[in-house]
Amino acid sequence: MNRSLEIAIAVCSWLCGIVLLGTVCTIIGYIAFNGLGTLKMQLLFGDINPLDALLLRKQVFDGLFPAIVGTLLLVILSVGIAIPIGMASGVYMAEYANDRVKKVFSLLFDILASVPSIVIGLFGFTLAVFLHKHFSENIYPSLFISSISLAFLVLPYIIRTTQIALENLPPKTRLAALALGATKLQNIIYVLIPKSLSGIISGVILAIGRCAEDTAVIMLTGVVASAGVPKSLLAQYEALPFYIYYISSQYRNTEELLSGYGASIILLVICTVLFFCAFMIQRGLTYRALYRA
Amino acid sequence: MPIKVLSRLNRMLERITEQLFLVCAVISAMITVLIFGFMVIFGLPLIKGGQFFHLLTQPWLPYHNLYGIYPMIAGTIFIASLGVVFAFPLSIGCASLISVIDGGVFSRVLRRVVQLMTGIPTVIYGFVGLFLLVPTVRELFLSGSGMCVLSASIMLAILIAPTMILFFVDSFESVPNSYMQAVDSLGGSKVQKLIYVVIPESWSGILTGLVLALGRALGDTLIALMIAGNAVQVPCSLLDSARTLTAHIALVIAADYESLEFKAIFACGIALYIFTTLLVVLVRSFRYNSRRGQV
Repeated sequence: MNRSLEIAIAVCSWLCGIVLLGTVCTIIGYIAFNGLGTLKMQLLFGDINPLDALLLRKQVFDGLFPAIVGTLLLVILSVGIAIPIGMASGVYMAEYANDRVKKVFSLLFDILASVPSIVIGLFGFTLAVFLHKHFSENIYPSLFISSISLAFLVLPYIIRTTQIALENLPPKTRLAALALGATKLQNIIYVLIPKSLSGIISGVILAIGRCAEDTAVIMLTGVVASAGVPKSLLAQYEALPFYIYYISSQYRNTEELLSGYGASIILLVICTVLFFCAFMIQRGLTYRALYRA
Repeated sequence: MPIKVLSRLNRMLERITEQLFLVCAVISAMITVLIFGFMVIFGLPLIKGGQFFHLLTQPWLPYHNLYGIYPMIAGTIFIASLGVVFAFPLSIGCASLISVIDGGVFSRVLRRVVQLMTGIPTVIYGFVGLFLLVPTVRELFLSGSGMCVLSASIMLAILIAPTMILFFVDSFESVPNSYMQAVDSLGGSKVQKLIYVVIPESWSGILTGLVLALGRALGDTLIALMIAGNAVQVPCSLLDSARTLTAHIALVIAADYESLEFKAIFACGIALYIFTTLLVVLVRSFRYNSRRGQV
């Protein structure tokens, strides 16, 4: 191979790396540069006393507090729905399913994982319309509908991480308890799941990150620009990513735009922290935390 | 006697939990089917009227009662494929750097950064694109608002690059170590290793990564919605504004439930669903072939 061509290829790949690194630094730097100045209590709570807002005594109308609460509720509800169903499905796929069932189901889960989030949002919306017509007049696109739709969105992640974590256990671990006379279920509950917990938890954290950042699903299923802290599951709500989207298209003055940068920083920090948690756990921290004590 | 009862209880518990796990798995699988079912049921009036295939080829002219989604399909394909075209060389370059060319500190840092990038919310890419990239494009080309296919596909390329890079790195690193050592012992350089061994050995991984990234690009909503301009037209140049299927769903949802305009978004949903399902089937066929090739 020509010596100069070789050098050219090496230089190109270095350039790619530098361009990518530069882009990320630009994106994060741009947000930080414009938004750091706005990070004050006022950004979160507006003119209301923070304590009043936290105790829900007064509604915050010009701060990010309701959006943060909305995102938090959304994450808790949707992951709360997705974890039991997803983990159970993952266990079934790894431990019980025969090859034919496995093939069909894993195809379906792959499809579910690749369905665009806006289509899941559209599904959530039609679900709301359907429930409104056939069950109760009170069901509109709302926090409840959004969390169900988001749960569908992250379900395949949880199923797959559970399944892979279980399947990757060494055969020795798998057989030890069985050899001592444990039943299949006992083996799963007392040995296999605890052993693969770090994989499962990092999957769950990635799912949380997905719920926190997703905008397309909630856009169609009940998020609004101004609703305050939601009072019930069937109420509309605010969320951080939607707030950023809304501000970017509807801002009226510089101050509102700046609050968009502030919101971006908060969302970025939340997602980064979640990412590092997942990363640390994958490195085996849970294993030590749970078994050293 | 109590032991007998206990063991029977135990066996019952065993069977019940197995059924429970099965039910959960069936529910999860059914959701996939249900999503498609709902799209079809709500879009049924269109399909029954025989309008579905017309919709795919007609223009969108609400005043003339034409609700075709052809411009949106063209926009989606244009933006997504351009995004992949931008992202592919960048990803190959970064992946080669990480796994073959540089084994030092920089490659470890780059790998972490790429992993971190997968966690950055899409809306932030859109936000930065809107306030940083769009004005730059406007100044550079001095045409229109800067909200165009070019801006959207550049941002989309940045969004999908990490997916591709991580996938490429994975498949580069699954090339057997003995092959690498063989190159070393023949006195081959790192670049020769890359060009003659690593890339030819992992082409099926590269293809899979490419298709996965294309799926991600097709399904993304926010970047196109925020920075492609959303004009309903078939884009003819890089600086034309365009609307994707995903953005179209987000923009029309507020319309009246019963109108044909509203029904047409289910055609968008069905089209997106079918696109991504086809990509999944394609990816799985690659994986199948590559495994059979190895055995």
